[in-house]
Amino acid sequence: MLIAVLSGILFALLFLFFRLQNGWLRFIPAFLPLSLLIYFSTWLPEVTGGQEILFKYSWIPAMGVNLDFKLDGLAMLFSLMITGIGTLVYIYAAAYLSDRSQIHKFFSCLSLFMAAMLGLVLSDNLLVLFIFWELTSISSFFLIGWNTKEEASRKSAVLALAITGGGGFLLLAGVLLMGNVGSSYSIQALTAASATLKQHSSYVLMLCFVFAGAFTKSAMFPFHFWLPGAMKAPTPVSAYLHSATMVKAGIYLLFRLSPVLGGEPLWNYTLMIVGGFTLLYASFQSLFRTDLKGVLAYSTIAALGLIVLLIGIGTTESFLAAAVFILVHALYKAALFLCTGIIDHAVHSRDLTKLSGLRKIMMPVAIAAGIAALSSAGIPFTFGFIGKDLIYEATMHTGMLAIQLTGLVLVANILLSYAGYIAGFRPFAGALPEAYADTAKPGFLLWGPPALLAVLSLFFGFFPALSSPLVNAVVSAAGGNPALPDLKLWHGFNLILLLSGVTVVGGFLLYLLRKPADSQLQFMDRFEPFSARSFFLGLAEGIKKISHYFTCKLQNGYLRNYMITIISFLLILLCWKLVKLIPNSIDFSTMTPVSMYDVVILVMMVSAIFVLMFTSSRLTSIISLSIVGYSICLLFVFYGAPDLAMTQFTIDTLTAVLFMLILLKLPPFLTLTNKAIKIRDAIISAIFGGVISMIAFLVLQEPTHKTISRFYADNAYSLAKGKNVVNVILVDFRGSDTLIEITVLTIAALGVYSMLKLKISSSEKE
Amino acid sequence: MNSIILRTASNYLLPMLILFSVFVLLRGHYEPGGGFVGGLVAAIAFVLHSFAHGLKETRRFLRIHPGVFIPIGLSLSLISAVVPMFAGQSLMTGLWFNEPVPVIGLIGSALFFELGVYFVVFGVTLSMLFTITESV
Repeated sequence: MLIAVLSGILFALLFLFFRLQNGWLRFIPAFLPLSLLIYFSTWLPEVTGGQEILFKYSWIPAMGVNLDFKLDGLAMLFSLMITGIGTLVYIYAAAYLSDRSQIHKFFSCLSLFMAAMLGLVLSDNLLVLFIFWELTSISSFFLIGWNTKEEASRKSAVLALAITGGGGFLLLAGVLLMGNVGSSYSIQALTAASATLKQHSSYVLMLCFVFAGAFTKSAMFPFHFWLPGAMKAPTPVSAYLHSATMVKAGIYLLFRLSPVLGGEPLWNYTLMIVGGFTLLYASFQSLFRTDLKGVLAYSTIAALGLIVLLIGIGTTESFLAAAVFILVHALYKAALFLCTGIIDHAVHSRDLTKLSGLRKIMMPVAIAAGIAALSSAGIPFTFGFIGKDLIYEATMHTGMLAIQLTGLVLVANILLSYAGYIAGFRPFAGALPEAYADTAKPGFLLWGPPALLAVLSLFFGFFPALSSPLVNAVVSAAGGNPALPDLKLWHGFNLILLLSGVTVVGGFLLYLLRKPADSQLQFMDRFEPFSARSFFLGLAEGIKKISHYFTCKLQNGYLRNYMITIISFLLILLCWKLVKLIPNSIDFSTMTPVSMYDVVILVMMVSAIFVLMFTSSRLTSIISLSIVGYSICLLFVFYGAPDLAMTQFTIDTLTAVLFMLILLKLPPFLTLTNKAIKIRDAIISAIFGGVISMIAFLVLQEPTHKTISRFYADNAYSLAKGKNVVNVILVDFRGSDTLIEITVLTIAALGVYSMLKLKISSSEKE
Repeated sequence: MNSIILRTASNYLLPMLILFSVFVLLRGHYEPGGGFVGGLVAAIAFVLHSFAHGLKETRRFLRIHPGVFIPIGLSLSLISAVVPMFAGQSLMTGLWFNEPVPVIGLIGSALFFELGVYFVVFGVTLSMLFTITESV
C-alpha cells in the first residue's frame, strides 16, 4: 500500500529523467494510473463486503505521525475515481499536448498530484492527510501555471495557491486542535472520541478551521473565484483536478469528519447554508458565461455546493445521494471537459457564441458530450437520473426545511441542466461555419476517453444496482446506516419523478429560449467590483501597500537605524516584563569570587571599547572590536566552555577578515553624528546594557533546574557514544535543530550570493 | 597583499590547516571540536590563501565553486538522518559500527552528520566571503 501511494512521487522523478516524449513512448506514463486502478480494484470485494483494510507504517511515532492508511468505502470510491479518470486523462493528455518537449515535466507534475491525492484520501492520520493536502495545492499550482508565458495563467496559479494554501494553513490549526483535544491524530481514534470533541469548549474553533480548509479547497462561496481562474490550465488538468478530484478533497474531508465532528446543529446548518448559497449563486452565474470552460467551471462550483449541502443534511439518505452524485458528477463533468478540450484543440475557440455545427467534423465527440449532457440533466437511463432522484429524496425528508431545500435544489438543478445542455449540445448543433470546414478530425485517443466516461454514465444508468455495494460502503464510512437497499432505476410514479421531469423539461426550455451572448457577460461584469474576488484582490493589494510603507520606514538602509529600532523594541518588551521582577537586593554570596584573570580581561575590554568610541580610524575601530570579541572568548575558556570559545575565536577572526575586505573600498571617514544624536545613543545603550546585566543577575538568582542538563550528561556516552556532551547534543540529542540551522545557513549564503551577484537594470526594478 | 613571506607561509599553512580542521572534526565527539568549528577552520585556510595569492588564484586552486559544497553537505546530513529509518528506527537515531576503526575511532551516522555540517559551513563561509570580496 505504501508503495502504491508513493509510487506517483517516485515516478514523478523518473518521468523527469527519462524523457518519454516521442511517438508511442509518451503513452507509457498512463500505465502508472492503470496499474494502480487494477491494484485498488482487487480490494473491491473486501471493501464492499464492509471491511476496513488497515495498513500501518510508522514514520515519526514519537510525535504521533504515522503513515496509517485505511481503505474503506469512502477511500475506495475516491481512489477508483483518481486512478480511473487519471488513466483516461493520462492517455488524453499525451495526445492533447502539442508541446512535446515539455511533456515529461507535465506527467511528472500530474503523477505527483495523483500520489498526493491518493495519500490524502487513504491516510488515517490527520497530520499525514494535511501533508498530502498541501502537496495537492502545490502540484496544482504548477499545473495551473503550465503556460508559463501567459501572464493570466501565472496570476491564476498564484491566486489558487494563495487561497487553497491559506485554507490549508487554517486546516493545520484545526488538525492540531483536534489532535490536542482528542489526544490522537488517528481519524479512527478521533471518531471514537467524537463526544469529547463535540463537548469541548473549542469545538466551534475546530469547526471554523476545518471549514476554512474544506471551503477554500472545494471552492465554496466566498472562496469560489479561484476555480474559474484555474481553468487557464490545459484542459486535461481542468478535467482531472478541477472537476473530478482535487476540488473534491474538501468534500472528502467533510465526509470523513462527519462521524467525528458532525451531527451538531452548527455543523449541519453551516454546511447547508454555505452549500446551498454556493449552489444557487454558481448555477445562476453559469447562465451568463460564454466561455465553454467558464460554464463548466461555474457548474462545477454549483455541483460542489450541492454535495456540501447534502453532507450538511447529514441523514443516511443524503449521504447516499452525495456519494452517488460525486460519482455521477465525476463521470459527466470530466467527459464534458475532455470534449471541450477537443473542440479547443481543433478549432482554437471556446466561445459559445461562435461555435456551432461541430458534429459534422467530430461525430464521436458530439455523441460523448451529448450523453454527458443528458446525464447532467438527469434523463432516465443515465446515471444522472439516479443521482437526481436520490437528491430529491434526501431533501424531501429533511423535516421542517423540506420545502425550502427541495425548492432551492429544483431551481439550481434546472439551471445546472441548462449548463449541461449548453456545454454538451450547443457547440455541436446548427450549421457548421465555413471557417471550421477543413478542420482535421480528432483521433481516437482524444475522443476515446470522454466516450468511455459517457458509456460508463449510461452503463450505471441502466444497471444502477452494480454501483450499490460501493456506494453503500461509502455511506457506512460516513456514519450512515449501512443496511441500504440496492439502487433502483424505477421507483414508480411519485412526486420525485415529477420533480425530475420538471428539471429536465425546465432546463431544456431554458436552453431553447436563451442564447449565450457577450452582452450578458458584460452585464454581469458590472457587479465585479462587489464580488468576493475583487475583495480578496483588494485585500492583497492593501497588504502589499502596508508592507511597503513599513519597509520604507523601518528598513531604510542605514545600519544605525536598524540597530536603534531593534534595541529600542527589545528594551520596551523587556522592561514591560522586568518591572515586576526587579529584586530588592542582590545576593553576591552565591557567586564565585572575582579573580585576577577576570579583572585583566575586564580592563582590556573596557579600554578597547573606549578606544573604539573615540577613534577616527576604521582600522583601529575594527581591531578594538576584535579585542572585545577575543576577550569574551577568553572568558568562555576560563568558565569551562571550550567548544563555544573555539567557535567564537574562528568566527571573530573571520569577521575581522570580512571587515578588512570591505574597509579598503569604503569612502573616507565621515562624521555623521552631532551632539544630540550622541547623547540619545548613549542613553539607549546605557539602558540596554543595564537591562541585560539585570537579566544576568536575575538568571543567577533563579534556582536552576538541572534535570535536563543532567540527563544529557548522564546519557551522552550510553546513548550516543560521545564524551563531549555539547557536541553530542548538537549532533544527536538535538540533531534536527542542527539540520534546520545548516539549512538556514544555506539560505543565508544563497541570499548573499544572489543579492550581490544580481544585476538589475533600472528599467527592471519596478 | 604582496608579501613573499606570507605567500610561502600560506603554501605550507593551507594543508596544515585543512588537516587540522579534519582533526577538529573527528575529535569533536569526545573532546572540544566538531563539524562547525572544523568547517570554519578549513574556510580560514582558504581565506588565508586568497590573502596571499589573490582570489583568482584561490579559485583556480579550488577548481569548483565553494557553493557546491553546500548541497553536498546538506544532503549528507539529511541522508545520515534518514538512514536509520530504513533500519526500522525513527529519524536521527544514531547507528554505530561495533568495531572502532584505527585513527578515526568509532564510526556512526553522527560522524556523517558532522561531515555534512562541516561541508555546509565551509561552503557557506567561503561563498559568502568570496562573493563579498568580488563585489566590493
